[in-house]
Amino acid sequence: MSTSSETSVPATAPPPAAVAAPGAGLRFRGAVLGRPDAPVLHDVALDVRPGEILTVVGPSGCGKSTLLRTLAGLLAPLAGSVEQDGRPLTGPSADRALVFQEDALLPWRTLRGNVELPLAIQGVSRSARREQAGSWLARVGLGAQAKQLPHRVSGGQRQRAQLARALAGAPRAVLMDEPFGALDAQTRSGMQDLLVEVLRGTGATVVFVTHDVDEALFLGDRVALLAAGRVASVREVPRPRDRGALDDPARVALRRAVLSSLGT
Amino acid sequence: MTHRALRRYALRLASLVTALGLWQLLTGLDVDIWLRFSQFPTVTDVAHAFASRLTGSDYWTDLTDSLTRILSGFLLAAVLGVAAGVLVARSPLAEDLLGPVLEVVRPIPAIALVPVAILLFPSNEQGIVFITFTAAFFPVLVSTRHAVRALTPVWEEGVRTMGGGRWRILGSVVLPGALPGIFGGLSVGIGVSWICVISAEMISGQYGVGYRTWQDYTVVDYPGVFVGMVTIGVLGWVTSTAVELLGRRLTRWLPRTSYVPGGRPRTAVLPAPVPAPVPVVVKAQGESQDQSDAQQQGSGETDQEARDEHLV
Repeated sequence: MSTSSETSVPATAPPPAAVAAPGAGLRFRGAVLGRPDAPVLHDVALDVRPGEILTVVGPSGCGKSTLLRTLAGLLAPLAGSVEQDGRPLTGPSADRALVFQEDALLPWRTLRGNVELPLAIQGVSRSARREQAGSWLARVGLGAQAKQLPHRVSGGQRQRAQLARALAGAPRAVLMDEPFGALDAQTRSGMQDLLVEVLRGTGATVVFVTHDVDEALFLGDRVALLAAGRVASVREVPRPRDRGALDDPARVALRRAVLSSLGT
Repeated sequence: MTHRALRRYALRLASLVTALGLWQLLTGLDVDIWLRFSQFPTVTDVAHAFASRLTGSDYWTDLTDSLTRILSGFLLAAVLGVAAGVLVARSPLAEDLLGPVLEVVRPIPAIALVPVAILLFPSNEQGIVFITFTAAFFPVLVSTRHAVRALTPVWEEGVRTMGGGRWRILGSVVLPGALPGIFGGLSVGIGVSWICVISAEMISGQYGVGYRTWQDYTVVDYPGVFVGMVTIGVLGWVTSTAVELLGRRLTRWLPRTSYVPGGRPRTAVLPAPVPAPVPVVVKAQGESQDQSDAQQQGSGETDQEARDEHLV
């Protein structure tokens, strides 16, 4: 009896973190979001499909960050439900990594020390996490800066390190709050390319908040528009992803529609 | 050591020597112009007294007694002050329970607690450590509380979304992030601790630098009083420098401003334009550029050095 239960344990144990976990499906149903004294989004019904990149656009103060912080588990919905794979969220979890617009790297840790943090929290051994953090930094092009403190590198490099830190914990969803908002145009488009490349193969669901319509259309598989305290619409973006195809008629029409529904 | 650093050390030494020389002059000549230096021991008197004290055993007993008292009190204050500061800053319940008591006790000068210490503690020794502890506790508590409250929220939120719990946040965010502020409190605390340990020893000690200084005063041994004062000054300087250096070492990650008063980068001296063929002139300009860069870097390094050796 005891032997059979012993042999059955490995079979039912969750797969190791190295195996790419499928992306999480996230769902809002009739949700009211915001702080208790200041709700900003009402009647939110939104499905984020497993493995997709959903970009969220809207004017400043429309509740984009609130939506994301609710998904991260830092804010509880005021009404309705927010679920991951059919189960209501119960708070922050390593399943859903958050990438901030501002500097969220710990300034007293080197870039590698920062990327090691989620691994340390998951109990990965020192040597393994050093190696994994190093390889994540190399993937975002920071192999040479691993031992630098955050304030010694540029803003774009700090955001890359933040991305590496978010992905190092093997999350099933990555929530990004205008991560490239403070970067200059050239660095930003480089970061967008890098993001698409790095995400390939992780299978993680991505919710990417931005106020830049072109960024939303380039990155998103779908674009959700927030306006007047509601999710105004969700639109499919034509593929393949191509920065040069700006005159593609379907894309031009979508861009015009998005801009007009944002009231600009 | 660079030439500039040497010059600064020489200046400091000269300042100290001048002060001692002035003292010797005023007391040696028995100057009495409203201020009565004729009553004062001369520098040589004090030096002789110092030399004879150093060979006796009492001096070293006093020294180790005072050091033991201040280190026990100060370390206790550092640990409990940081703990209480973090607790009050992070927990509304702790703030409600501890806050009012702490705020009422805080304005009481530690030295005014001598009667309390005498009543409370069975031995003088414990009383003095208690006074020293109280003196350092509040600066540490207050600066820890402020530093913890001023932490950037995204640091903590980041760790929470990585699945980090309460202890992880404490160890990886709160304590390291508050360290610069905590060391501000520790620096103030060690200074106040010295004031209080010496005062407490003067009132109720047996042995200790403060006790000896007061004892010398009551038996009209003025050179002895000055030996005590010099000892207090040197010990205070050594301990606060130790705290300061430890603090710098632990907070080396802090970004430093490039601006240092008194360490202005000097403008590079450009070589005079040489009448020569064009390519050579271009090369000369390139070189002068490199040179000025090198000088800028060099002066930046000496600034860093100047800042680090400032205390030592």
